[in-house]
Amino acid sequence: MPTIALTLTLNGKQVSAEVEPNTLLVDFLREGRGLTGTHVGCDTSQCGACVVLAGGRSVKSCTMFAFETEGLEVVTIEGLAPAVVGGELHPMQAAFREHHGLQCGFCTPGMVLSAVDLVRRHPNPDEAQVRHWLEGNICRCTGYHNIVKAVQAGGGGGS
Amino acid sequence: MSATGIGASVKRVEDHRFLIGRGRYTDDINRPGQLFAVIVRSPVAHARIAAIDAGEALAAPGVVAVYTGADMAADEVGGLPCSWLVYSKDGSEMKEPVHPPLVPDRARHVGDQVAVVIAETRAQAKAAAGLVDVDYQELPVLVTCGDAITDGAPLVWDDVPGNTCFDWEIGDKAATDAAFARADHVVRLDVVNNRLIPNAMEPRCAIGDYDPGSDLTTLYTTSQNPHVIRLLMGNFVLGIPESKLRVVAPDVGGGFGSKIFHYAEEAIVTWASRKLGRPVKWTAERSESFMSDAHGRDHVSHAELALDKEGTFLGLRVSTVANVGAYLSTFGAAVPTYLYGTLLSGCYRTPAIYCEVRAVFTNTVPVDAYRGAGRPEAAYLIERIVDEAARELGIDRVELRRRNFIPVDAFPYQTPVALEYDTGNYDATLDRALEASDWQGFAVRRQQAVGRGMLRGIGISTYVEACGLAPSNVAGQLGARAGLYESAIVRVHPTGSVTVFTGSHSHGQGHETTFAQIVSDRLGIDIEQVEVVHGDTEKIPFGMGTYGSRSLAVGGSAVVKALDKIVEKGRKIAAHTLEASAEDIEFADGEFRVAGTDRATAFADVAFSAYVPHDYPLEELEPGLEASAFYDPKNFTFPAGCHVCEVEIDPETGVVRVVAVTASDDVGIVINPMIVDGQIHGGLAQGIGQALYESCVYDESGQLLTGSYLNYCMPRAADFPFFNVGNHVTPCTHNPLGAKGVGEVGSIGVPPAVINAVLDALVPVGVTGIEMPATSEKVWRAICDAKGDAKGRAVAS
Ligand code: FES
Ligand code: FES
Repeated sequence: MPTIALTLTLNGKQVSAEVEPNTLLVDFLREGRGLTGTHVGCDTSQCGACVVLAGGRSVKSCTMFAFETEGLEVVTIEGLAPAVVGGELHPMQAAFREHHGLQCGFCTPGMVLSAVDLVRRHPNPDEAQVRHWLEGNICRCTGYHNIVKAVQAGGGGGS
Repeated sequence: MSATGIGASVKRVEDHRFLIGRGRYTDDINRPGQLFAVIVRSPVAHARIAAIDAGEALAAPGVVAVYTGADMAADEVGGLPCSWLVYSKDGSEMKEPVHPPLVPDRARHVGDQVAVVIAETRAQAKAAAGLVDVDYQELPVLVTCGDAITDGAPLVWDDVPGNTCFDWEIGDKAATDAAFARADHVVRLDVVNNRLIPNAMEPRCAIGDYDPGSDLTTLYTTSQNPHVIRLLMGNFVLGIPESKLRVVAPDVGGGFGSKIFHYAEEAIVTWASRKLGRPVKWTAERSESFMSDAHGRDHVSHAELALDKEGTFLGLRVSTVANVGAYLSTFGAAVPTYLYGTLLSGCYRTPAIYCEVRAVFTNTVPVDAYRGAGRPEAAYLIERIVDEAARELGIDRVELRRRNFIPVDAFPYQTPVALEYDTGNYDATLDRALEASDWQGFAVRRQQAVGRGMLRGIGISTYVEACGLAPSNVAGQLGARAGLYESAIVRVHPTGSVTVFTGSHSHGQGHETTFAQIVSDRLGIDIEQVEVVHGDTEKIPFGMGTYGSRSLAVGGSAVVKALDKIVEKGRKIAAHTLEASAEDIEFADGEFRVAGTDRATAFADVAFSAYVPHDYPLEELEPGLEASAFYDPKNFTFPAGCHVCEVEIDPETGVVRVVAVTASDDVGIVINPMIVDGQIHGGLAQGIGQALYESCVYDESGQLLTGSYLNYCMPRAADFPFFNVGNHVTPCTHNPLGAKGVGEVGSIGVPPAVINAVLDALVPVGVTGIEMPATSEKVWRAICDAKGDAKGRAVAS
């Protein structure tokens, strides 16, 4: 298969690669770049475990081809906070920890990045807004209770 | 209480790695030279496999091997074992057909493993899997419990007559019949406990990695109990000694029971890696999870409750058909028997109980433990029939429950179905729930709903469950083929920091935090000084893993036992240093002290002298400070509580909205309230999911209609309100922590509360019954039927 030359900004660094036209963004990230914080939880584009930010918007990386990120700024969960000793968490990550918004952690990267996009669009979302926004993110562990609290706190509002 | 000790809502230690994307789940692991496996699965529910032609697949790019059941049989690979032996009423052993990892000649459910294609890349393996040509000669199909027990039904297994795996009973039949003979009222109810698909968010994954140099085989797998997998796969399936087989279950993305069992794919990749001398990886796609992860529940029951005039329960009679699927899964025989029939006393003093369970094979995915495992089925049945009795007898449903509760002063209480409850206070959790849910104010809220054209209902359930299956010798008499203890090693390092190795496995429960809190509490050291290691058979001596809400009560108790040994040895070391006798040394807040004096030495100093034994009683004591312990519990633990659910139903659409959920639980002593609340939230969501949204549906030909998130309704954030949770503690009397277990209470207690609420809303409009899940369609049809409106039925036909 002929490949496509791809250049994007990935977690703040410019990256160039040759990708096959049918390579999904999630596979490019996990297998091509070793960024395994982005997860695959389904094959029907519903669970949201694969959510990343592309051009600032939350997208399901299982539902996008890698080549579609040409020229975009892509942020995965690994790029949200500096991964060094003593590195500070992004406020949304910190809120998830503070409010026990994760258990097994598998849905968490997608949840956090979805939430980052929500509060960018709607600072201080109310409970109903958060619950509605998370329609595309499934969590089997938490019953969403603490996720909603975390997102509200991470968005500057809520309890 | 110290800041990081028992009872503190310490923020979780494990969160950081998950939040920065550095969790390490099985599919995140890649081994050098790794190959990829894709399973060829049966597209039909029941067929003779006449021929398999792998020629084209073998010739496809990147393909290294295609194996079938015949290849595994040639290597004398064994069947996947069931770890519990159940006897039928007549004393005969359950029917236990061999369950080969790849089926050689007959497929028995959609998704059954027929062949494996192994290639250099996942894409190549997947493409080639489509080229394997299997000649399926279809056979008649059975799907439901009803299908299986019909006279003259076709057979899933030719040598299992009536498709009956076992026909088991518990309780005193004669005493129960006598109770019914003198009853003033008999209430009858048929209930179905809907089949569920567990759906942990991380799909299963397994990597077999054989190292020809050391002759060591490693299996990385999404498991709740790596040692159990090592034992089952090593001993029964592949014949690899424990010393040559390592099983690693790294971060695991949820289990809920579905990752307890030894699955075919684990054996397939391990065996293939040994054959090929290269690592072999398999990762489930979600559609495969739907058709290959063990399902849960699937009971059809008839229940009868005998009462006297005052509403006192005299007897309970239950007859259940339980679907075990096409094969017996690891705990498939234990769930509808010892985890179900034994719980039918509930919170009540019912003096006579008799239950019979016929377990049947069908052409469906094996059924096994799913969050609650047997206990939700028991609680649902009891709490539904108690509500039914309240309605029929015109007794208030709360009052009827209270009248029959096992009173606080009756503990320990021997039920008529084998269990002895150690402790509980059912009135206390009930009172708390009534208050927290504003039960009294419901009439007003219902009136307000009427004004909006809505039907409002409130439902209650008072449940008891059993965790930490035990003790091993009793379980053994009942058919368990494994021990039910847990192990721990506490290793104190020279500077006083501690590593704990536990046989429990955390896949969301937060053991790295709670177990560290136990250490922090007992040794008086900061939690930052403690590291908890789990999930690797090479590091941990042995373990039974995490299921049945056993980790804290059993695994935590093993840690306590090991800590006691550490303190005991530390006392002797301190006695030497402080020139006192060991009996005079007290240990508190991280210091060994000569009682009644200010002569003390810090825990870290004692640790140091154990490793640098210059001033040390070498004649009496070995250097070093490390202890291991196995803890075998004396009894089950019995969490209990009361759940209240309030719903509002739109009569025009049948949509049920959950407006309030109150959980009042007694889970014993709580180590970390934040984590405990989180466990309850998650269980409630799954329980409400069962009651309102989730159901596994097969069509008559055995095709799985709910095979993806497009048609299996997973609860979303907008389906729930915030949950109102709280607890009342009666400590467990027989383990050193007083802990009972919390992982499953939500999914056990809440489904009947939800359905009782739905019925509370619908009975006034003439609806007499409804089954789970109470979807909007089902509710709308029930309302139409009750109104004598043909609309619902017309659409149905
Ligand atoms: S993996 Fe499920 S939505 Fe992308
Ligand atoms: S934390 Fe496990 S799926 Fe959300």
